[in-house]
Amino acid sequence: MSEPLTPMLSLKGIQKSFHRGTVNQKDVLKGIDLDLAPGDFVTIIGGNGAGKSTMLNAIAGVWKVDGGTISVDGVDVTATSEHKRAKYLGRVFQDPNMGTASNMQIDENLALAARRGKLRTLKWGLTSGERASYREQLKMLDLGLEDRMSTKVGLLSGGQRQALTLLMATLQRPKLLLLDEHTAALDPKTAAKVLSLTDQLIEENHLTALMVTHNMRDAIAHGNRLIMMHDGHIILDIAGEEKKKLTVEILLEKFSQTSGSEFVNDRALLG
Amino acid sequence: MVDILLSGTTQGLIWAILALGVYVSYRVLDIADLTCEGCITLGASVTALLLWKEVNPWLAVLIAFLAGCIAGGITGVLHTKMKIPPILAGILTMISLYSINIHIMSIATEKQGTANLSLLRIDNLYTDFSSSKLGELLNMGKTNAALLIGVIFCVGIIAILYWFFGTELGSSIRATGNNEKMCRAQGIDTDLTKIIGLALSNGLIAVSGALLSQYQGYSDVNMGVGSIVIGLASIIIGEAIFARTKRFAIMLIGIVVGSVIYRLVVSLVIFSGMPSTDLKVMTAVVVIVALCLTSFASKVRAKSAKGGKGNV
Ligand SMILES: Nc1ncnc2c1ncn2[C@@H]1O[C@H](COP(=O)(O)OP(=O)(O)O)[C@@H](O)[C@H]1O
Ligand SMILES: [Mg+2]
Repeated sequence: MSEPLTPMLSLKGIQKSFHRGTVNQKDVLKGIDLDLAPGDFVTIIGGNGAGKSTMLNAIAGVWKVDGGTISVDGVDVTATSEHKRAKYLGRVFQDPNMGTASNMQIDENLALAARRGKLRTLKWGLTSGERASYREQLKMLDLGLEDRMSTKVGLLSGGQRQALTLLMATLQRPKLLLLDEHTAALDPKTAAKVLSLTDQLIEENHLTALMVTHNMRDAIAHGNRLIMMHDGHIILDIAGEEKKKLTVEILLEKFSQTSGSEFVNDRALLG
Repeated sequence: MVDILLSGTTQGLIWAILALGVYVSYRVLDIADLTCEGCITLGASVTALLLWKEVNPWLAVLIAFLAGCIAGGITGVLHTKMKIPPILAGILTMISLYSINIHIMSIATEKQGTANLSLLRIDNLYTDFSSSKLGELLNMGKTNAALLIGVIFCVGIIAILYWFFGTELGSSIRATGNNEKMCRAQGIDTDLTKIIGLALSNGLIAVSGALLSQYQGYSDVNMGVGSIVIGLASIIIGEAIFARTKRFAIMLIGIVVGSVIYRLVVSLVIFSGMPSTDLKVMTAVVVIVALCLTSFASKVRAKSAKGGKGNV
């Protein structure tokens, strides 16, 4: 496949080990290559410990990788620190507590997110004009949060927080949206709601996104491309028409063919 | 008796500035920063030296503030850039300040190892103010001037803190104390926000020391011992009084009130005959009890919050 456009994300030979050089050395990413075209919405599945979160953390710059290069929209960010890379990235985590400042108000959290990638100055941190625009955007979530903008985020439910974190991640349009099992901690009904909100935000803003999920059905139903990870490698990469025809059975079969083992993720088969 | 209440209040206002500084590190940044103990003395020593050198007392307070900022900034760098745990980083700066403070005071006396510096018969903020035109107009003695200056400093610092923590930078410092991971995901340089927060915190603590040395008429290398606990006690008393408030400004006022109450209680306890050397253990017990109560209360709150939340 020839790729005329600059990839929105390009991983080349990414390697990452933890406890490097000790007896506990654990090689987690063993040479990951991945190119995302602008507008790609890729779902990621794989067994526990396959390295999915580690790959997303590598992209986000939580620590430096041990080998390989990472570029976002043609810019090499391999050596860029986490907070500087944030300029390009929107992130939502598995733990609903992780994505927001719980002692701060809803509108304050949004104001922090609206300044992602900008210099924080001594200008007022939350203007009334901003509040009006946040109110409009919160209405879109359809959770009634627009009437509770001065509420501390700590008082919100997990689902409300994930919805808010999603909005925060997309308030400043990111070049790449990273979602790491962001519905895993929610009950099924709430998870479905947050997932449809995810689809909506990605579609409306024409975002490029990577979404890790433990749920194979979700991975099949969402996005235009699916990758499967196993033991630090990408072992499947299915896009376009083939992706549309996928079923859980086909996926499981492909998995055992390529990896030579059974799919081990208790949660993946449920739901 | 009136004298005791008056001097207790004045001292309470001076220590309130320290408590506000401790609030910035302990509550806003969520770091227990022991730099405090050396930093109040740093403020006092710098001020004492400058007054000996006949520098304008207001300017001396400003320079003490900057010195405190540097000390706090160093703790911040030790913690963030050299990955030293914050408690240890604070202790390292505090210990270094012990020697540095002696050096600072030695400059004034030109004698090595000067551990205290008297400011009696040296002009300071309070004498300056009471002999100024305004002071004469108000017919203010030194005691009233000290009270008024304490009020002015507290009001001014609360106003500045209120403004600062409302700005983009200030908000990002608040967020850092709340959730670092989220901050980095939102593009906030959490090393920088911590360093700035610790610098501000210790700047305020040094201002407290600057006023204290002028008020009590000396600077002593050991004057900071236990000061962080006094700051914490003031914060806890303030929070207990204004337990229901969500407003930042009220919270800050509460800390000043807490500090004044603490000082008044201390004055009365000493007045009633308790040896002043027992104060530190009494303060520690107050803080321990209060911390136990608050952690108990938040556990109860967390439990009740878990039950019954609607969908999504
Ligand atoms: N910070 C870390 N330190 C040590 N080991 C880690 C760290 N993060 C992840 N690992 C290990 O790397 C492996 C992959 O983890 P992860 O990427 O979280 O898997 P998953 O695909 O389930 O998200 C696991 O064995 C995990 O224990
Ligand atoms: Mg994971």
